[in-house]
Amino acid sequence: MLPIRAEAVDYAAGGVPILRGVTLTLEAGPPCLIIGPNGAGKSVLLRLLHGLLRPAAGRITPAAAIRGAMVFQRPVLLRRSVLGNLRYPLALAGLGREEQARRAAAALDRVGLAALAHRPARRLSGGEQQRLALARAAALAPDVLFLDEPCASLDPAATRAVEAIIAGIAAEGCKIVMTTHDLGQARRLAGEVVFLNRGRVVEQSPAAAFFAGPASAEAAAFLRGELLW
Amino acid sequence: MGDLGSAVLAAIALIRDGDPAMLGILGLSLRVSLTALGIAALVGLPLGALLAVARFPGRHALVIGLNALMGLPPVVAGLLIYLLLSRSGPLGRFGLLFTPTAMVIAQAALIAPILAALSRGVLEALWEEYADQLRSFGAGPWRAVPTLLWDGRFALLTVLLAGFGRAAAEVGAVMVVGGNIEGFTRTMTTAIALETSKGDLPLALALGLVLMAIVLGVNMLAQALREAAGRGGA
Amino acid sequence: MVTRRVLLLSCLATPALAQDRFITLASTTSTEQSGLFGHILPLFTRATGIAVRVVALGTGQALDVGRRGDADVLLVHDRAAEDRFVEGGFGGPRRQVMYNDFVLIGPGADPAGIAMTRDVGEALRRIAGARAPFVSRGDRSGTHAAELRLWQEAGVDPVAGRGQWYREVGQGMGPALNTAAAQDAYLLSDRGTWLAFRNRQGLKVLVEGDARLLNQYGVIPVSPQRHPHVKAAEAASFVEWLIGPEGQAAIAGYRIGGEPLFFPNATDG
Repeated sequence: MLPIRAEAVDYAAGGVPILRGVTLTLEAGPPCLIIGPNGAGKSVLLRLLHGLLRPAAGRITPAAAIRGAMVFQRPVLLRRSVLGNLRYPLALAGLGREEQARRAAAALDRVGLAALAHRPARRLSGGEQQRLALARAAALAPDVLFLDEPCASLDPAATRAVEAIIAGIAAEGCKIVMTTHDLGQARRLAGEVVFLNRGRVVEQSPAAAFFAGPASAEAAAFLRGELLW
Repeated sequence: MGDLGSAVLAAIALIRDGDPAMLGILGLSLRVSLTALGIAALVGLPLGALLAVARFPGRHALVIGLNALMGLPPVVAGLLIYLLLSRSGPLGRFGLLFTPTAMVIAQAALIAPILAALSRGVLEALWEEYADQLRSFGAGPWRAVPTLLWDGRFALLTVLLAGFGRAAAEVGAVMVVGGNIEGFTRTMTTAIALETSKGDLPLALALGLVLMAIVLGVNMLAQALREAAGRGGA
Repeated sequence: MVTRRVLLLSCLATPALAQDRFITLASTTSTEQSGLFGHILPLFTRATGIAVRVVALGTGQALDVGRRGDADVLLVHDRAAEDRFVEGGFGGPRRQVMYNDFVLIGPGADPAGIAMTRDVGEALRRIAGARAPFVSRGDRSGTHAAELRLWQEAGVDPVAGRGQWYREVGQGMGPALNTAAAQDAYLLSDRGTWLAFRNRQGLKVLVEGDARLLNQYGVIPVSPQRHPHVKAAEAASFVEWLIGPEGQAAIAGYRIGGEPLFFPNATDG
């Protein structure tokens, strides 16, 4: 699937422009964190890149119905057991029963939920639910994984656990593309940064360079904690 | 003793004695209504799920039509099926009029729109929650239908109970297409109508109480099933 | 009391024997609800091995069912409508089976004062004159047809009182009796249904015995020429049995409280 290229992508909802002229390339490599103020269009950009939304103008390649896998800010768990949730997309992807079982077991081990395999998924705690959603997406072995604010509603302990899982998935060679409003989290996880403001990509830089000294005045102001508009 | 008192006593006696004639009538009622429910569910639930997920021209009109059909008077459903199944009607050669099969067909026709309309409402809410995630998994609307039916199974149980209640309680359709033939197409509701017209109001009421007890029992069974499943997982 | 009711229900609801040979008989609510069929049909089935499935309707509806070919044989009580059915080629021949009589029923207080007369025409004129509530079947049944004929013979057009004292319920005999009982109204009923009816409240038989109150039943097999699927042979054996000595004796033998409900008269026809 990689590299994924967005070229001059516009997107609007109900006549209100959300993204304008977005051009960027996602290559294999360390995690890419999409940051920017609220309303910058981070979630929409992620959905466009994943394939849930279609650009109003411009194009995204490769042209596929769905690119990679995605985990949403509020995990959408099926009304099934933990194991049932893991197996559903694997079955949908056409994997055999044995392969499904093998991958589901591995995924449960990775996120530390093996003991809860037969619990109803929706009875898990918030942190456990997000870990399950991550495990479910990772079990598909995508080459790119989109994460939309995966820790937005988690406490620090759960956030730490989820970050460790994300780092582990990235270490296995899966490209992580993730939005966050938490600059600390971006510093901890990012290999590269896409800074988005008012529907435009202001800059795409290696993380170290970005946090040391962003190229744009807007990003510098954002890092200083100033309000942008 | 008033009529109500004798009705309660008669109802107790009917149940206690296991009156074979009444058991036969009760058995037929349950068999007809449950079979009709099964057939209506096979059609109505997938249709409801499809209407919840699919967007196509005419969908809105179909939804309104189904909602309106929920108010279809049973006797009208019965009359339509009567005209279809009559020897002089298009399906006359099968000789189904005045048989339990005709009653099943009429009740299925009566409650399938109810199941479709109610399940659409229930599953549309579920689809709103699931849509992005299922599309992310690469599941299109067709694949989403069985997923929604399975994941919405507890809410759909309530829908099925509503359909069963409607079928078990209606008299208009089974009277017209079944003919209330003693020992063959007489159900609890047509027996109640018959006893009422014979002026035996306490017996009619007693039969009504028995019917209500059975419907209550079915509902309690479904509730217990739901709770047991809810504890066990899923 | 409870036990008696249960027994009554049992005899009305005896499960049909699992017979392959059966006929569908479209008949009237009066014959079914009086309990006559529960008495005579098992005898016929025992004699011939043919089960009878009774669909009880008003005479008009029963004739419609026959016209559509949805019954094999009819037992009804509206001579004029029966003759039209036969003339239309829908079935026949029509054979006379039995009679009972209609009775004019009303509240015990009898506000129209009809209990003194034995002349049904005079009684109806008094009801109309007093504008006393009168419940009509209004359902094209044999009893409804008889009632309309009696009004006409009495020289009264009750339609003028429609919605006021003349109340058409459009239902069977039992519901009409229930309505009359609730409204202290007069009405015409067949004697059999009246005798079997339980929710009488203040209602009483006020006029009976007038020759014009005769209620004649006829049996008509549905035409196999018109509807090839009808069970003509079985229907014919039903007619033969009903108008033969066994059937006629069975009809005469059905009594409630020692009182016969129907009088066989096949041989007179």
